[in-house]
Amino acid sequence: MVGPARKRGTIGAFSIAGLLMTDTMAAGGGDKIRCDACPVMCYIKPGAAGACDRYANHNGELVRVDPHIVLEQTVSHGGRLVPFQAGGDWDGKLVHEPSVFVTAIGAGTTYPDYKPAPFIVSSEVDGVDMVTVVTEGIFSYCGVKVKIDTDRYLGPETATVRAEGEAIGHVTTSEYGSQMLSLGGVHHLTGGSKKEGRVTCDALMDLSNCKAVELTIDGGATVVVQAGRPPIVNGVAEERMRVGCGSATIGMFAKQWHGKVDEVVVVDDHITGVLSEHQAGKLLDIPDTGIKMKGRRSTPGRYFQVADPGTGWGGTNISDPLSVLGPFNPKEARPGLTMLMVSTTGEHAAYYELDEALRPVEKQMPADLQFSVERIQENCEPALCTVLFMGGAGGSLRAGVTDNPVRLTRSVKDALTRVTSGGAPVYVWPGGGITFMVDVTQMPAGAFGYVPTPALVAPIEFTLRLSDYAALGGHMDHVRPLASLRDNTETRPMPFIPGRRA
Amino acid sequence: MKRLPQIALLPDGKRLHLQDGPIDLVIEAKGSENDLRAAYEAAARRFTGLLDELCDELTELRKAADPVHSSLNGVVARRMHAAVAPFAAEQFITPMAAVAGSVAEEILGAMLGAARLDRAYVNNGGDIALHLAAAEHFAIGLMDRPDRHGVMQTIGIDADDAARGIATSGRHGRSFSLGIADAVTVLARTASQADAAATIIANAVDLPGHPAIVRLPANELQPDSDLGARLVTRDVGKLRDEEIDEALHAGVSRAQQLLAAGLIEGAALRLLGETAVVGSTGIRAGAVPAFHGSAVEGTAQVGSGARRVA
Repeated sequence: MVGPARKRGTIGAFSIAGLLMTDTMAAGGGDKIRCDACPVMCYIKPGAAGACDRYANHNGELVRVDPHIVLEQTVSHGGRLVPFQAGGDWDGKLVHEPSVFVTAIGAGTTYPDYKPAPFIVSSEVDGVDMVTVVTEGIFSYCGVKVKIDTDRYLGPETATVRAEGEAIGHVTTSEYGSQMLSLGGVHHLTGGSKKEGRVTCDALMDLSNCKAVELTIDGGATVVVQAGRPPIVNGVAEERMRVGCGSATIGMFAKQWHGKVDEVVVVDDHITGVLSEHQAGKLLDIPDTGIKMKGRRSTPGRYFQVADPGTGWGGTNISDPLSVLGPFNPKEARPGLTMLMVSTTGEHAAYYELDEALRPVEKQMPADLQFSVERIQENCEPALCTVLFMGGAGGSLRAGVTDNPVRLTRSVKDALTRVTSGGAPVYVWPGGGITFMVDVTQMPAGAFGYVPTPALVAPIEFTLRLSDYAALGGHMDHVRPLASLRDNTETRPMPFIPGRRA
Repeated sequence: MKRLPQIALLPDGKRLHLQDGPIDLVIEAKGSENDLRAAYEAAARRFTGLLDELCDELTELRKAADPVHSSLNGVVARRMHAAVAPFAAEQFITPMAAVAGSVAEEILGAMLGAARLDRAYVNNGGDIALHLAAAEHFAIGLMDRPDRHGVMQTIGIDADDAARGIATSGRHGRSFSLGIADAVTVLARTASQADAAATIIANAVDLPGHPAIVRLPANELQPDSDLGARLVTRDVGKLRDEEIDEALHAGVSRAQQLLAAGLIEGAALRLLGETAVVGSTGIRAGAVPAFHGSAVEGTAQVGSGARRVA
């Protein structure tokens, strides 16, 4: 006979229904545990949940978890809340007293939002009576901006980006050291074919939920994008960002090369640098070498377009670096002259000496030059994909929060109201409307859902003083004290997802 | 001391929520105030202890059903067996395949025994028992995928229709599926029959041996699963349109057999964005005009976490 579930002393401070941990009975193998919360007495494997989806085995401990975050997001079902820790790393504890932050995940809403947002919660924080208005926004005007840390050529600007063959966005202007994609938006979500809308919606949701999505770019590469992970370009995982452009690399390392090699060429799709011609080389009195570069000279020692973009050396299409060189000028070059050629990530490098005919011949790289190549590698930061979800809180969503929607917009602009998405900080764009961006890796797992419009469902919270809330025409009659939620079975902690909110 | 179930009205003040262990019921009825109170009280009374009743026979309920005989005693357990028995001669099935629908039916029965109701439903995680008096109507929304958000199509059920049970099965739900269907929704005369048939049809939507389908033994995932070491679907990769058609066709054939045998009234099968419909389901073609205006009113979501709005 197993007794009723008992609270553990260590969590005695927590009183809400969702926070019970029951004593566990280890079963034979040790890894499985047997849940005694109900007579079904499930055996539960580590990382799995029992038949009820309410209790799970977390590192050998039986914990009560949120049953279905996404499942319970629904238009018609009021009353499901997901509290989680507002700041810092999620430590696996279920709730920190005293300031439980209520997220909108699972709050549910309707579209258009003609009724008050499902939960308008008041909580006492530092003596200030705070209000968190919790709703889930349905964003048919939304998209993601993807930053991909790679020099590799992904495709021409404005090229169409596809998922499952459907157009879901395009390549946009690249930013410092990274390629940028702009995906989603109303035209792909609702302006094209039904399949285009569905595929776009799925891709946006998966990207926003930190899942991997394979994208193909017209006239370019296939890239697997996953927020917080290195991009995989044409099957090869990118490791590092370039240290700088070729010219910048010359500037950074000129002194370290001085006296060890006669010439250095840093191959880069953007600006290829040549040590002997570069200002940094001139300052060190490095003599001319008679090198002849292909491409278009910008300023001394800096060359544009030495090759076409590609996935070879330094984001160009070349595999043989000598192909960017013309013949050496015999007036300045001499047999035995030494040359290092390296890419901006240090991933590719080769060492040459000129023979009697002044032709470069590849030789074993001296150790001190090898060291400088490794130094370039060391200075390249890990390459990652970053996904920012971008959406706007339109009129109808605001109406769920207050009966005078524009006042909510103004109070956000006046910084009286803090906007968060799944508890994560957002950047609110200046200008009209409440258009915000949020780093999806900062949001709880599974925060995004969809409706068949198609449109994404994302959490959004507005936090403000209760008095300010009343002043902007808030639905005061729907405000519920936080304590009323804690005593309620609707309150559920977030499941612990390792690796999130890292 | 006896463990008591959770009994509460949902925040709308109208629907009753009953929960015990893995059972979650959302109940709503239409009738006079006195009848409503009597019906909800009867539901809560019958629900109390029901899980213990089932668990007393859990070992037997997890075994393959015999097509004729049953040593089960409980009324719900016997209903579960009766619902799966028509399939037990030709394939492996345990009474557990009908547990959700059978519980829903039992609670609805208790409510109708205590009150006169115009309309009522007991929704057990998407497996729903219905009551409709003359001229009453239900509009039920189908979900594209039970693990996601959104109503895709609606089903209308009138008092004249034979269906009083609806169930959805598929690979995203709480139970494992041997097939690859995202969702198979079945209308049948009773919720227990619908539950068993949905499982059977969802299992039939399949492409055996296809490399893009990831399958794992059920008991590696849930050590005490009634499916033992049978391979259950964990992931479905990219399928060509012809393959989607082929898998759906396999399910449709099975559904047509069940329809001909009088075991179901209709079914809607959903796989990777494609839908196939069998029988007279009252399923409205095309998507609901996406939540504009009152389209969402009077619809429910079927699937895990199912519910409806009055």
